[in-house]
Amino acid sequence: MRWRWTLLAAAALLAPLILQGSFYHRVLALVVLAAISASAWNILGGYAGQISFGHAMFFGAGAYMPAFVYAHWHAAPALGLPLGVAVSLAIAVAIGVPTLRLQGHYFSMTTIAVAELIRILVSNWPPLGAAVGLQGPATARTVWDLTFRGSVTYYYIFLVALAALLGVTAWMERSRMGYYLRAIRAGERAARSLGVPARRYKLYALMLSAAFTAVAGSLYVVMIGFIDPDSGLAVLISVEMVMVTALGGAGTLFGPLLGAAILIPLEQTANVLFGGSGTGFTFIFYGGIIILLSLFEPGGLLAIWRDRVVPALRRRPTPPVRHAA
Amino acid sequence: MIVAVQVLVGGLLLGAVYALFSSGLTLIWGMMNVVNFAHGDFVMAGMYLAFLAVVWLHAGPAVFTIAAAALMFLFGTAVYYALIRRVMRGPMLAQLLSTFGLALLLRYSAFWIFSANFVTLPTTALSGTVRVGPIFIGVAQLVAGGVALLLTAGMHRLLTGTALGSQILAVAEDRQAAMLMGIRPDRMQALAWGLAAAAAGVAGALIATFYYISPTVGESLAIIAFVVVAFGGFGSVPGAMVSGLLIGLIEATSAFYIGPVYKDVVVYALFVAILWVRPQGLMGERV
Repeated sequence: MRWRWTLLAAAALLAPLILQGSFYHRVLALVVLAAISASAWNILGGYAGQISFGHAMFFGAGAYMPAFVYAHWHAAPALGLPLGVAVSLAIAVAIGVPTLRLQGHYFSMTTIAVAELIRILVSNWPPLGAAVGLQGPATARTVWDLTFRGSVTYYYIFLVALAALLGVTAWMERSRMGYYLRAIRAGERAARSLGVPARRYKLYALMLSAAFTAVAGSLYVVMIGFIDPDSGLAVLISVEMVMVTALGGAGTLFGPLLGAAILIPLEQTANVLFGGSGTGFTFIFYGGIIILLSLFEPGGLLAIWRDRVVPALRRRPTPPVRHAA
Repeated sequence: MIVAVQVLVGGLLLGAVYALFSSGLTLIWGMMNVVNFAHGDFVMAGMYLAFLAVVWLHAGPAVFTIAAAALMFLFGTAVYYALIRRVMRGPMLAQLLSTFGLALLLRYSAFWIFSANFVTLPTTALSGTVRVGPIFIGVAQLVAGGVALLLTAGMHRLLTGTALGSQILAVAEDRQAAMLMGIRPDRMQALAWGLAAAAAGVAGALIATFYYISPTVGESLAIIAFVVVAFGGFGSVPGAMVSGLLIGLIEATSAFYIGPVYKDVVVYALFVAILWVRPQGLMGERV
């Protein structure tokens, strides 16, 4: 297993050298960014089985704070990152404490409603730019503004964040928390009866997930340099996290990476080819894929690979049976 | 004072329509413990069906409302057989994702076909206003509210006062026992999905005459349905009726006194507050 991750890390480090050109570099950076936010969603949705359709609120919290500290105090946007994580954690606790004692759909419904609530409030609140949005620094004053030309630098910064997140997730997978979360996903009532403090660990998973989703949001705004309700808080931001994770394989370390590596290049190419009208079509496609996945393989592509492709490859070709004449 | 009455009447009439489509959501929820995340988009589909019927066929309100009911009933049963019946056996993730995927598919298909622009129906037989004492009421709103109330009451009557309704409720209560009594659970659940979709479709057709029609309107309508259902108790049709009217009132008054932008904020915050205080719903009995 270890050599595969080494190989993956080497490929990730070398990718910008092989795929030259600003379009490829931008797509690579966006793939890593999507992998971060999807991996963060995966901690809660994949491992703990609590499906959030409103993770855009955490992404938005992370994305707005760097732009906010720059717009109001002319501080380096990176200083907004811890602030964004803090806001995100506060939202997570405020939602998690009341709703995570309920099971199943209640949490999903609440995330939709709260995300929409926050989007409307931000869209009408001038300090956060209301509907117009906030701008980051156009040119770097110091290197701490993290404003670089081209996307390669961002790509490597994102890669560090992704590595940290995957490290935390891998550690969690093998710790007590990982076992608790999987037990909760398999059946909360049964897990509780075995003494798993389900409510507390669901909250931990939500907080961890919210914190890293906020990091993804901050990284996004540092790279793009602009944030508004549509790009930071829209339902579609949440949809993308669900989509990337579900396609690759929810509840696995590698799934979100696979999903991001497939979907983001497709999406960016569609944007280039069809322009704005491609967006509608992209989400019809997403809806269709989500339905197909839920019908045939909720485990995503990794489950198809593990359960169908690998056994088929391993099966030795059986010699033809000879019948005695 | 007169303005306040005007606002309240408008809120009640819209609330009746909320009650109608929310009764569909609560029926499915109570019956199968499934949340239909596409329910708001079913309403949106009803709106566009009405729009197409008026633009292409110059259909009258009665015709397009009945057509929306029939088509959405068929669509609901089809969704049950093609999608819901299969994912019910699967993990929770599949159940939640399936109707969410359906919502995306419907919403962005509408986006693709009709573009993002709002449309409104051309003048129909229901345009115009009536005057009741000092207040004015749109004919379309009055008809929509009245019909929606009647249909919601009819839904309740169907469930509690007929043999068919008893069969549906029997399946909701205990699928296995219902089967032993000779009821086909699949058929009853398909019927429930058909009824729920028809309720949403009719509600859509009814408000199409005075509401703005847009591909993403289902998003906010779905949350309104969540609030109504949470308020009235998950699975209770009479609860949905009362709370639909109440939410309509709350929305109208907050739009008037706080500002139209914040009407959704008040309603959504109410939803979170209800789940916080009484997760079984204000009038509900069990979680």
